[in-house]
Amino acid sequence: MAKSIDVSDLDIYYGDFLAVEGVTIPIAARSVTAFIGPSGCGKSTFLRSLNRMHEVIPGARVEGKILIDGADLYDPDVDPVEVRRQIGMVFQRPNPFPTMSIAENVLAGMRLNSRKLKKTEASEIVESSLRRANLWNEVKDRLTKPGSSLSGGQQQRLCIARAIAVQPQVLLMDEPCSALDPISTTAIEDLIHELREDYTIVIVTHNMQQAARVSETTAFFNLAGVGRPGHLIEYGPTTKIFTTPENPATEAYISGRFG
Amino acid sequence: MATQPPTSEPTTPKFTARLHSPQLPRWVPWALVAGAVAVGLALHLMVGWGWALTIVACWLGYVVVLVAVSGRVEGRRKAKDRLATSLVTTAFVLALLPLGSLLWQVVSNGLPAINSSFLNSSMRNVVGEGGGIFHALWGTLIVTSLAALMSIPIGLATGIYLVEYGNGRMARWITFLVDVMTGIPSIVAGLFAYALFVIFFGEGVRMGFGGAVALSVLMIPLVVRSTEEMLKLVPNELREASYALGVPKWRTIVKVVLPTAIAGIITGITIAIARVIGETAPLLIICGATDSVNFNPFDGRMMTLPVYIYSQYKNPGFPPEFGIERAWGAALVLTVIVMALNLVARLISYYFSPKTKA
Amino acid sequence: MTSHAVEGTHRPPRSVGDRVFPALVTAAGAVILVTLAGVALFLTYEGLPALTAKAADIPGADSFAAYVWPLLYGTLLASVLALLFAVPVSIGVALFISHFAPRRLASSLGYLVDLLAAVPSIIYGLWGIFFLAPRLVPLYDWLAGHLSWIPFFAGPASVTGRTILTAGFVLGVMVLPIMTSICREIFLQTPRLHEEAALALGATRWEMIRMTVFPYGRSGIVSGAMLALGRALGETIAVATILSVSNVVSLNLISSTNPGTIAANIALKFPEASGIEVNILIATGLVLFIVTFLVNFLARAIVGRRAEFSGAN
Ligand SMILES: Nc1ncnc2c1ncn2[C@@H]1O[C@H](COP(=O)(O)OP(=O)(O)OP(=O)(O)O)[C@@H](O)[C@H]1O
Ligand SMILES: [Mg+2]
Repeated sequence: MAKSIDVSDLDIYYGDFLAVEGVTIPIAARSVTAFIGPSGCGKSTFLRSLNRMHEVIPGARVEGKILIDGADLYDPDVDPVEVRRQIGMVFQRPNPFPTMSIAENVLAGMRLNSRKLKKTEASEIVESSLRRANLWNEVKDRLTKPGSSLSGGQQQRLCIARAIAVQPQVLLMDEPCSALDPISTTAIEDLIHELREDYTIVIVTHNMQQAARVSETTAFFNLAGVGRPGHLIEYGPTTKIFTTPENPATEAYISGRFG
Repeated sequence: MATQPPTSEPTTPKFTARLHSPQLPRWVPWALVAGAVAVGLALHLMVGWGWALTIVACWLGYVVVLVAVSGRVEGRRKAKDRLATSLVTTAFVLALLPLGSLLWQVVSNGLPAINSSFLNSSMRNVVGEGGGIFHALWGTLIVTSLAALMSIPIGLATGIYLVEYGNGRMARWITFLVDVMTGIPSIVAGLFAYALFVIFFGEGVRMGFGGAVALSVLMIPLVVRSTEEMLKLVPNELREASYALGVPKWRTIVKVVLPTAIAGIITGITIAIARVIGETAPLLIICGATDSVNFNPFDGRMMTLPVYIYSQYKNPGFPPEFGIERAWGAALVLTVIVMALNLVARLISYYFSPKTKA
Repeated sequence: MTSHAVEGTHRPPRSVGDRVFPALVTAAGAVILVTLAGVALFLTYEGLPALTAKAADIPGADSFAAYVWPLLYGTLLASVLALLFAVPVSIGVALFISHFAPRRLASSLGYLVDLLAAVPSIIYGLWGIFFLAPRLVPLYDWLAGHLSWIPFFAGPASVTGRTILTAGFVLGVMVLPIMTSICREIFLQTPRLHEEAALALGATRWEMIRMTVFPYGRSGIVSGAMLALGRALGETIAVATILSVSNVVSLNLISSTNPGTIAANIALKFPEASGIEVNILIATGLVLFIVTFLVNFLARAIVGRRAEFSGAN
């Protein structure tokens, strides 16, 4: 059920400000792709344009082409709401719905869309999603407690469970571990390893060891200066990017952090 | 406090010595308070000064002596600080005095009037003793409910529009006009309702529904404001989380944003109701006053509690003391209603706000 | 290269709900536009006949301007008196709550002051006429006896205490909470860094307030006072209850012949008014509306509304 993504010559704007320019990159199905690069180079912006979350911001727009399994994502007849059901997203800061319990949070994607669920079906979805998110054992006794009563790492895994409960085909993650401790981070990295079997995963990270650990492909973004648009500098197999990058900027960035 | 900056002191021992600037012992202000109270009692009991004069004089004496002593011992700057502290505290006490005396008056004058016949009878055919607020209670209930029924949906929806959809010229205009509406004097709202209804019903129109319209003009901006404020407190992250699950915007608003903000919104609405339930002027204009029960808001005069108080005071009947007593009794009932609404509002916001992240 | 401008040129397909719901809430906003236009329109329509009314039809004056002027004067006088009482006290109260009271108590104290705002104005009226006014009579006697060379206290002092000074005082109590809450909010927003910088220089608490809180909060104080003025101008029933009105223009604050206020005059006359008199009262209401609008508008212009979208992120 995973889908591939093909981006060609994509420009992304906030109003008149060109934030990201000329991105062309193929993203294979059932793989993990990591985006790395300095702060402000447009990783989040690009990631959000992949499930049309970008246009939620007033004045934001894109030019160029994104194909999902060959279908144009920005075709005028495509409903962005439908797109987001199929391309899930996990945010930097865990954001469970404070008015809902843990179980309700997992079911939020369905409940909010008024899908009728039988009770057994609902509890099946809750259990399987939480299991896949490696959270089931920790919360199975308190499913009716508010989602915000969990620790930060647990909340983030709850958000992942919530995202995979609607069975998306692609999972976008924007620095999912940046607010977490090393143990929770490991749990989520393990999770990404397992999820790769079924999903196309794109992950933004500032942690290069993490990129090296979880991804098959790495893409490096950079920007020439403040107020200038971000560019995709190069992408390729993770091992190659981290050992023999072609572009000196990539080399500098990686060695700067590793060295 | 040192009068010279310590850095200008040449040697270390002197520097430490300077850290202990002369300071009044802590008990001094309290001793002065005790002294002032004693002098005050003496003046009142022995010299026979009135209460008000005694209190003002003793307070003045206290402040003057405290500042003088402090100026002597601690220096000018400290003395000024003490003066400011005294004045600010005085201002606070001064502000609470009217509240205390007002509540005391309402309770002590109103309580004797309250009994079951006061709550259960109207003023029909009552000239002197007897009579009650039954018709006014119903009138207030009907008019306020109708006003709430109109204002809450409009105010809520407008608040949602302004926060979730509004950008551009129309939203700016509405924001501006809501500000203007907040400042409309209540009597003007009453005149507006009259000017509107007179077109359809002819001169001298009086109608409960008109009162509801007038109150709505006053209530809508309050509801819009509190809705706006509460919706703005909902973090954008929650909206985005919902969008990212493929939930349409309107469902996100109805099922995620509103439930998160609902406690605050209900608090705001309750306070708005408490605000308009005590309005007299607009209802005097458009609902008028009557002695009988009227359950039909679309037909004729309808008595309400505030107008009842006003008209009992203006036309107390004969002998007048019964009318005045009824006015106080109704004032007590109205105050209890308003305070209860305010209390409920507080409790709602205290107990039902979602427990957001720790 | 294909271009998709998502905003503006092309509307992506949307579900029914996403078309109906915004239309509904926008309609509610439109209702507000219409209502306010209605207020202005109907008041003008019903008030216009007053401007062209025959002199004989206008009670106690020979033109509308001559009719409304003493009322406008009384309205302004009572409101200015109210501000004289309310401004210093509310700045003090706001300071007490924001900088002097113990932190834990601050919000409960604020709530106590807010309770003042919750009391209905008719109850202030009762309190003013039955409790306060009689107790002010000795003060007025004293003023008339010792300070009668000041035009404000020329006397003869009212024997009931139902004077414009009493009315102004009650109005002052009534507008105190709104002004206090605005000042308090502004004072609490004083940048902590500024305050600490002042304290680190060895300033006393009062010096710190003079150096940081007041300069920072000046515009807030001014606009709070303006908003309070707007409230005082429109306050009706408390004044109608307390004041004994004889429609004069006079500086005397403590006598029994007082100017009325526009709002109180409407409340007193409207229930019995008929014919052109109703139109005259509505026209005075329009004058009141315009004055309060200008005052409020100025107040808002001074602070400027914070327009930014404040959801976190
Ligand atoms: N809502 C917005 N409106 C206008 N400009 C924005 C907005 N969000 C981001 N930008 C700009 O777009 C550029 C890219 O930002 P983006 O958040 O995508 O960077 P990033 O690579 O994710 O950085 P980080 O690593 O810090 O998360 C920046 O110059 C930023 O200032
Ligand atoms: Mg980012």
